[in-house]
Amino acid sequence: MFTKQYEMVFILTPVLSDQQMKDTIEKFRKILTDNGAELVHEENWGLKKLAYPIQNKNTGFYHLIEFKSAPSLIQVVETEFRRDERVMRYLTVAMEKHHVTYAERKRSGLVGRKQTETAKEGDA
Amino acid sequence: MTLVNEPIERNQNRKKYCRFKKAGIKFIDYKDPNFLLKLINEQGKILPRRLTGTSLKYQRKVSQAIKRARHLGLLPYVADQLK
Repeated sequence: MFTKQYEMVFILTPVLSDQQMKDTIEKFRKILTDNGAELVHEENWGLKKLAYPIQNKNTGFYHLIEFKSAPSLIQVVETEFRRDERVMRYLTVAMEKHHVTYAERKRSGLVGRKQTETAKEGDA
Repeated sequence: MTLVNEPIERNQNRKKYCRFKKAGIKFIDYKDPNFLLKLINEQGKILPRRLTGTSLKYQRKVSQAIKRARHLGLLPYVADQLK
């Protein structure tokens, strides 16, 4: 089955309790794994200040999921995002090859190079 | 009269280069606002190529990354004295 790699970032409303926040993340993770997606990486940036108020809230829980899946699965997950009112905003990005190599390097290589991280982002 | 033009003339002629080609950056991460801050002005607008000197290919990637960052609330659409 033809699979592509995707990166999905979504923001949850800050009014959620910690438990509710975990449940929503778990719910989306389950939707992905049930439909045959392979989770590559996950990051939780926690509560972050937004640059501009979204739904008159100034902070949000950011969560990132990187996964490989068939392109048809994206429509399913996005309708789920639209339906769920705890999710303020979401963004799904198809990862082309430079993005994939960048993500891998960021997880392993780039963390070590503190000075280049501030000087410039990215890789050779 | 000519003195007024003198300073503008001088800093125009240094050769502008594409920082992405020079640094060998292949992908511009939309999730990293600190790097993108270098590419927008104080009001949060995307800097044009004639000022930054980036090549067209990377300018498109930059603008796409900035628009994605704005969508995710990492960068503001409009800002005053952002830096």
